[in-house]
Amino acid sequence: MIVAIEGLKKTYEGKQPVVALAGIDLQVNQGEIFGLLGPNGAGKTTTIGICTTRTLLTSGLVRIAGIDVVKHPAQARKHIGVVPQFNTLDRSLTIYENIYFHCRYFGLSHLSAKDRSNELLNQFLLAERAKAYPNQLSGGLAQRVQIARAIAHRPTVLFLDEPSAGLDPQSRIAMWSAVSELRKEGITVVLTTHYMEEADELSDRVGIVDRGRMLALDAPQKLKERFGAQSVIDLKLRNLDGAEAIASELRQRDGVQSVEATPEGLRVIAGSADGLLPEIIQFCSRLGLRDISITEPSLETVFIHLTGRDLRE
Amino acid sequence: MSSQTSGAMFLKAFAGLYLRDLRVLSRELGPFVLRVGMQPLLFLFVFTSVMPHISGGNPMAAGGGAAFGTILLPGLMAVAIMFSGIAAVALPLSSEFGITREIDDRVMCPLPVWAVAVEKVCFSALQSIVAALLVIPMAILIPAKSVYPEIHNWLLFAVVLVMSSLLAGALGLAIGSSVPPKNIGLIFSIIVVPITFLGCVYYPWAGLKQIPWLKVAVLFNPIVYISEGLRASVTPSVGHMPIWAILLALVFFLVVLGRFGIRNFLRRVIS
Repeated sequence: MIVAIEGLKKTYEGKQPVVALAGIDLQVNQGEIFGLLGPNGAGKTTTIGICTTRTLLTSGLVRIAGIDVVKHPAQARKHIGVVPQFNTLDRSLTIYENIYFHCRYFGLSHLSAKDRSNELLNQFLLAERAKAYPNQLSGGLAQRVQIARAIAHRPTVLFLDEPSAGLDPQSRIAMWSAVSELRKEGITVVLTTHYMEEADELSDRVGIVDRGRMLALDAPQKLKERFGAQSVIDLKLRNLDGAEAIASELRQRDGVQSVEATPEGLRVIAGSADGLLPEIIQFCSRLGLRDISITEPSLETVFIHLTGRDLRE
Repeated sequence: MSSQTSGAMFLKAFAGLYLRDLRVLSRELGPFVLRVGMQPLLFLFVFTSVMPHISGGNPMAAGGGAAFGTILLPGLMAVAIMFSGIAAVALPLSSEFGITREIDDRVMCPLPVWAVAVEKVCFSALQSIVAALLVIPMAILIPAKSVYPEIHNWLLFAVVLVMSSLLAGALGLAIGSSVPPKNIGLIFSIIVVPITFLGCVYYPWAGLKQIPWLKVAVLFNPIVYISEGLRASVTPSVGHMPIWAILLALVFFLVVLGRFGIRNFLRRVIS
């Protein structure tokens, strides 16, 4: 168990105390990529803040690689890599030096720090920009440097807070592949995001948080299955007269949850579209199938199911 | 983790932070020398070289008489120390806490967070010491009548210099961690200028005997003890406060400002 969170609560004190976390339990295993998915203000950043010793908890217990982050924050940090939401690269140092000094902070000797920095610059295709300063880099490149820097001391777990915020689509895909690559090095990754595609694409398991609570926690596929997220197959038919007959035939079939008539044809809601499509097409061809569209189940539909709200509301 | 390995880990992290600051400073040596040198250079030039050449004498030097340069030497060293402390800690901290949050990576190193603040103070102390020592050759070269330091007690000089430099760093930490970045410019008018002019920099504390209320009021100003401490060790022939009082006050202000600065630093870094 790399990250172990038990009954985590956090209230920001003030004139109007804000309950950011109302009791979260979470376990992240070695080598896993774990996604915390939720809308802004759900408590994701607070959770990461506490795990990375930057935010004090109100109650509960957080252990990173077995070390209590409240009792031994400095020791815990040795196991933690962080890529924060914003570019926090040291503006006074070059890209190479950002990584080099990071290694020195973690106790590497001059030679090991030098080797490690060059290794990472090559791995992240940054060698050409080694002498550049952070403010000369695009957002995507800066993000890559931040990831390289965060893993420079070979942490056990890497926390990425909204890693794709502010990135263009291309940089986002590059960042995703960089994160997936980390799996090969055996680094456990915990990331927060409010992009369901990102959570779906990257994560082995996803925790859905809202208003400081963990609503669901499982592999993306399982979440979609469990919370009734279904594929929606819309059929547009030329001849609607025989539609009801086809609908009752389809309802008999395994995996089909419901079939409804729509003004233009039928809507089939099914657990999985696999193998079902050819049959549907065959059935419907008698009635003149004009068009077919499929909406795959997504974490978005799971989120809506759990909260009754859109992710970006 | 045993305390011994933790200790080694902390030391290495602390050394890493220090090396980082040295690297950044090494890149800005020119600006650094200008920053710490310009003020004492011009002060010495105007008040101890230009003024004596202007007929009618130097009204500012009236109190000090011919020995104004001698009074000025420890005073300018004190100003150099204090300016360095503010320029080396308060200004960078204020921007690092600001939009860029550059401090984050250093705060995340395997070291208690308070030690990151202490490192800032220690590094600033190094710059203050260099800045103070730079004043000595200037005082010899620039004035119409050279001012030579008369250091008899080297230990006292070293202790005062180091303590004063740490105190200046602690002052910088206290300011940098408590003043929002947009107000940092104001600090010069509302803190730096008053504590300099009321810091027994341009006159010895004993010289204030004609103005008793001021003589007492300035005792709350930490710069007074830096000036007087340097006066006691660099130009002991000029009257100064008792040495025990100076050292006691330096320790007192170092602890008070250091604690205040570290507390605010922690508050800014950890929510």
